[in-house]
Amino acid sequence: MEHAFSLFVRSIFADNMIFAYFLGMCSYLAVSKDVKTSAGLGVAVTFVLLVTLPVNYLLQVYVLGPNCLVEGVDLSYLSFIIFIAVIAAIVQIVEMVVEKFAPSLYASLGIFLPLIAVNCAIMGCSLFMQQRVGLEATDPKAILNIGDAFMYALGSGIGWFLAIVCLAGIREKMEYNDVPKPLQGLGITFITVGLMAMAFMCFSGISIG
Amino acid sequence: MKLSDKTKETLLGPLSANNPVIVQILGICSALAVTVQLKPALVMGIAVTIIVAMSNVVIALIRNTIPMRIRIIVQLVVVAALVTLVSEVLKAFAYDVAVQLSVYIGLIITNCILMGRLEAFAMSNNVWDSFLDGLGNGLGYAIILVIVAFFRELLGSGSLLGFQVIPQWCYEHGYVNNGMMMMPAMALILVGCIIWVHRSINKEEK
Repeated sequence: MEHAFSLFVRSIFADNMIFAYFLGMCSYLAVSKDVKTSAGLGVAVTFVLLVTLPVNYLLQVYVLGPNCLVEGVDLSYLSFIIFIAVIAAIVQIVEMVVEKFAPSLYASLGIFLPLIAVNCAIMGCSLFMQQRVGLEATDPKAILNIGDAFMYALGSGIGWFLAIVCLAGIREKMEYNDVPKPLQGLGITFITVGLMAMAFMCFSGISIG
Repeated sequence: MKLSDKTKETLLGPLSANNPVIVQILGICSALAVTVQLKPALVMGIAVTIIVAMSNVVIALIRNTIPMRIRIIVQLVVVAALVTLVSEVLKAFAYDVAVQLSVYIGLIITNCILMGRLEAFAMSNNVWDSFLDGLGNGLGYAIILVIVAFFRELLGSGSLLGFQVIPQWCYEHGYVNNGMMMMPAMALILVGCIIWVHRSINKEEK
């Protein structure tokens, strides 16, 4: 339990998807113009992560890993295709389920859901999970069972949510600032994210348990 | 071979005026993460160029047979197959670079440049044009990677491609490498500065 909690906190702060690994940067920069939309996207990313990562974990452990299906055969070279197919399919299913059972949520997530299939954060999280499955049990980054995978997905999603809402808040305030002309818009956003990443670097030393 | 104006525009446009990274804001995720040193950045640039060009060719070949509703999945599978090929080749012939790039090779699949070019160009153009478009965009991406990696490696560890560039006597007189350059944060700020310079220059041209 302690291990899972440590994994959860680390993935929010120290291993933040945006600030430590630059995952999901494209939609992060494109959508962070106001707080409300970016919160919607953040929730959608967290949601899809929570569904896809445990599925990909089970696939990795019971199908793709060494000696899983056939003795002596390691199928992990197929993981790119399998993971992206799973993600694309699950995003499609999630979209249909949400549309059917929670129309108001669907209306607020709207266009973001289909876009999430190609969000690097989702795929990246699965690929990091694949690396971490093989780690020693004593390593704080190791993912040992499906519960850990779940916590890792939740933490990464919340970290992403936090990052995009923070940036959107700053950008809303920056509307009124006098920024040099060529730096306006994208340039200053990059520099802002850089400064935020510096702040988040302070968390990289934390250890729990 | 003489290139027509349109072909030239397709090939050379993405290098500067319509650069995928700093103008269209596509594929930033991997552009920042692999640029601590010049060598992985070069390999990544070449890998992405090959994959964009090849996937553009494949999609342009089969574009008339893909049903519109499932085109995203078809595109993803084509790209994923190509990325798997490149990843296996890298593991076989350049293992240390493959380890350095780790998950970012796999993340080429979700690189927005690929999906963007496939959707915007390869789905509606012929094979040769698509190939040139892929090549141009891949090179535009590679150029930004190399520029960022050049500054980060030079200022961060005083070397280029692993060879020491800053002479030893500088260190003896108190020169210190800028450790901040190795951190993720400085990559973002550097790209911000590149955009700044690029926009100032391009505005003057207009």
